[in-house]
Amino acid sequence: MALTEKSKNMTPNISQEKDFQNIIGNLLRYGVWTALSVAAIGGIVYLLHHGQEIENYSVFIEKDKNIFEVIASIYQGLIQGKGDSIIFSGIILLFLTPVFRVLLSLFSFLLEKDYLYVAITSIVIGIIILSISFGFSH
Amino acid sequence: MTVLTFTLIMLLGAFLAGFVGSLSGLGGGIIIIPLLTIMLGVDIHYAIGAALVSVIATSSGSAAAYVKEGITNMRLGIFLEIATTLGAVGGALLSTIAPTSFIAVLFGLTLIFSAVNSLRKKEEHIVLESSPLANKLHLNGTYPTHDGEVIAYGTKNVIGGFSMMGIAGMMSGLLGIGSGAFKVIAMDNIMRIPFKVSTTTSNFMMGVTAMASSVIYIQKGYIEPGICMPVVIGVLFGAMAGAKILVRTNPKKLRIFFACLIFVLAINMIYNGINGKI
Repeated sequence: MALTEKSKNMTPNISQEKDFQNIIGNLLRYGVWTALSVAAIGGIVYLLHHGQEIENYSVFIEKDKNIFEVIASIYQGLIQGKGDSIIFSGIILLFLTPVFRVLLSLFSFLLEKDYLYVAITSIVIGIIILSISFGFSH
Repeated sequence: MTVLTFTLIMLLGAFLAGFVGSLSGLGGGIIIIPLLTIMLGVDIHYAIGAALVSVIATSSGSAAAYVKEGITNMRLGIFLEIATTLGAVGGALLSTIAPTSFIAVLFGLTLIFSAVNSLRKKEEHIVLESSPLANKLHLNGTYPTHDGEVIAYGTKNVIGGFSMMGIAGMMSGLLGIGSGAFKVIAMDNIMRIPFKVSTTTSNFMMGVTAMASSVIYIQKGYIEPGICMPVVIGVLFGAMAGAKILVRTNPKKLRIFFACLIFVLAINMIYNGINGKI
């Protein structure tokens, strides 16, 4: 009973929901390819400059920078055309893809006037912001 | 080893990890960590960081197709993301203080658990009735089959599934893996969601879950561009190649073979973890 009632209510929104499925699908796909292309270009630049150096990945150097300091130093590196900064910006783009996906879902639920899910999506966004703010606790 | 040699070996290794991960259904992240730590001697923190980046790439890439086909239950995914993101933040914070040997042993145990789970027989079960809480949250849904038929399903035990998802998120944040095995248990066994929906929805959620812990990883210096670049590219292409082959072959024998291989890797991780060699 509850199911049929719900599907009746949903009928006008089905094409809209389908549109959003397509938009979210495309966002994920192009987001990943853009991010990887940037990382690959950075990788080539990095190897051209540092390819013959000896790696030292067996020793972990712990850092304590907050996310804004990291982004600022990536930006500095990008201006100087540093390979590792270009790779890092590709990785940041990759991290942003799911974030955009959540924002898009929020928008989609707002359009559908599904306020329960507007609230649920907002909680998820809140947790992500919370995780960023941990950078300031040091 | 020079950076160039390392990058080339890594590219090939990550391709194989993505390939095996996709054929065995375990995911590339869980295989790349023993490969980096045991075979190349990379510190486990860098390995976890690189694995997490590759998890975001492969899950977003494959989620794209499933979302378009309408198999993914996005409401269910977003609701459960509350649990996985909270767990992931907790797990990532824990990983910054946990001793390396603890992480290595826990990783080995997770690896064994995932391998056993990948061999488990999957039976399709569709419940039509939803629990009252699931109805309130609109967690029931439909999905299309290959013949274009639409199948409706209900959802049970929301609180149990939600709690299990919190654990899945924590493992993801702690170990840098997608923890697909835990997610599928939460959705398949506890919430009684059809297999096709639970695997695709689990994939859909991985990106956001990994994102929640990645911020902490970046701040702590786990993300090393020189390692991440070949790992992400290799795993993604390996996973794509694996998915193509998966359509044409029956993976049952392959699964048993890979499960044995992974078991050996897991024992190795646990042994090295206990002896403090990782």
